[in-house]
Amino acid sequence: MNVVVCVKQIPDPAAPGSLDPSTKTLVREGKLILDDSDAYGVEMALQLAERAGGGEVTLVSMAPNGETSGLRTALAMGAAKAILVSDDALKGSDALSTAKVLAAAIKRAEPDLVVAATESTDGYTGTTPVQVAELLGLPSVTFAKSVDVADGKVKVNRQTEAGYDEVECALPVVITVTAGVVEPRYPSFKGIMAAKSKPVETLTVSDLGLSADEVGLKGARQEMIEVAQAEERKAGEIVVDEGDAHERVVAFLDELKLL
Amino acid sequence: MATEKIWVLADTVEGVPSSGGLELLTAARGFGSNVTGVVWGEKATDAAAQLGAHGATKVLAVSDLGGGLAGARVAAALAEKVSADGPDAILGSSTYDCRDIIGRLSARIDRPVLANIVGIEKQGDDLVTQHAIFGGTQIAKAKFTGAGPGLFIVRPKTFAAEESGGGAPEVEELTAPDVGHAGDAKLLERHVEERTGPKLDEAAVVVSGGRGLGSAENYAMIEELAKLLNGAPGASRAIVDAGWVPYAYQVGQTGKTVKPTVYIACGISGATQHMVGMKGSKNIVAINKDQEAPIFSIADLGVVGDVHKVVPKLIEALKARG
Repeated sequence: MNVVVCVKQIPDPAAPGSLDPSTKTLVREGKLILDDSDAYGVEMALQLAERAGGGEVTLVSMAPNGETSGLRTALAMGAAKAILVSDDALKGSDALSTAKVLAAAIKRAEPDLVVAATESTDGYTGTTPVQVAELLGLPSVTFAKSVDVADGKVKVNRQTEAGYDEVECALPVVITVTAGVVEPRYPSFKGIMAAKSKPVETLTVSDLGLSADEVGLKGARQEMIEVAQAEERKAGEIVVDEGDAHERVVAFLDELKLL
Repeated sequence: MATEKIWVLADTVEGVPSSGGLELLTAARGFGSNVTGVVWGEKATDAAAQLGAHGATKVLAVSDLGGGLAGARVAAALAEKVSADGPDAILGSSTYDCRDIIGRLSARIDRPVLANIVGIEKQGDDLVTQHAIFGGTQIAKAKFTGAGPGLFIVRPKTFAAEESGGGAPEVEELTAPDVGHAGDAKLLERHVEERTGPKLDEAAVVVSGGRGLGSAENYAMIEELAKLLNGAPGASRAIVDAGWVPYAYQVGQTGKTVKPTVYIACGISGATQHMVGMKGSKNIVAINKDQEAPIFSIADLGVVGDVHKVVPKLIEALKARG
């Protein structure tokens, strides 16, 4: 079984973010890392491929400046190879343009299963995986809490407002997994060494048969108008617990008439 | 882009519309004069009267999902309707189904999406959207520049639902075209997880736990405290990622937005991604042993202390009051 995992390489979420003053798009220069959310998809893909008794896990990513450091992390976990789309023309792409690029790259890998996170930690749009599914004419099952593959079908428990839905779908299919569904493995030393020589195919927009006009800032049909300071909340009273701080909390709740 | 004609997607459960859908209908009335509700699935048309009462003069229904998930079929049905008689804007809440439908519709009709919206203002002929960035410290404003309809995914609780006094709307059934393999995701069974107490995004009190709890077992005290206050238990992303509680409990940028009367954060340091989801709370109480934790910068009452000591005492004190 061939599994593609869409992974995003993002600026370290712990580092302060910034916007490009001219385009007002997120600055994505400097070292990027594997989005934490994607570690679950990579782990899920590795487990499913192992359980299916073979097959490869291929990573697909779009990132500036030929960035591969996040891909190497996922390769070190056990993915076999990666396809990276990197092209200056992609700067400022919106979610739909990104989906067009990813869909074209995924197609080359001819997957039975495409796995992605529900949303990225830096952009949070959360529509790219289903846009990819629609562009490829594939079904999708989003917000998977558990995934099993057997007899050419995937069985998914999908998160809902009320509980969960049991869903079955013939392959190939796109699934998105929520965090916490599996425990991502830590790359072993051997894995890290092996990852250095695993193949990463780097493609440009024209390699994918896409026009530079339909991606990037040129293709984006939305614009950031301005960025303003949000209303700030002020810090209130601080109590250091000396064994009776709970009483202050009770009084606070009492004042709000919640007791 | 004009803003006269607006469609609002509304999830329904057993014929009852979600609060997110009603909130967006209320907002849409202020943007345009022609507001249509969109519902899908069995019994969805039972929601028509309530949609009408919130301002929908018409309802489009894709009742027959052919035993499948909503996304592919509803998007295909709406795409046909868009090309025949399309709106200027399509709004939906960031719910599981709405995100599937709007994402697929976007690809199908080749129109971009603005997501994670925390505010919309009408400015001339544009709907200008607001997005919380960098942990909600800054608000980015955006708009569509190309041809409509623009697709908007709005975080629940962005607007307050208010009835318009409108009557029963006209209901038009839409039939989904054959979507081939894309429609093969079949729904086998729905499982409703019995939860006592109010829903996380509707509760007046939310008690959330974070990594400071130390272990999954200790989450029990969060649930107990929430129950005593007739509130809902929530969680930070860290402990959802760790598998201590399911994703449905998550409060934050990824997860639910909550705006309760009081939010009690226990052992949560206040990562930017968490604060975006709860800083709209009317009152915030934080209990954390690290005095430098960012959560204290937005707390109305901050308790610097060990959650393992403070929370059990709080529970005892509340029980003693009966």
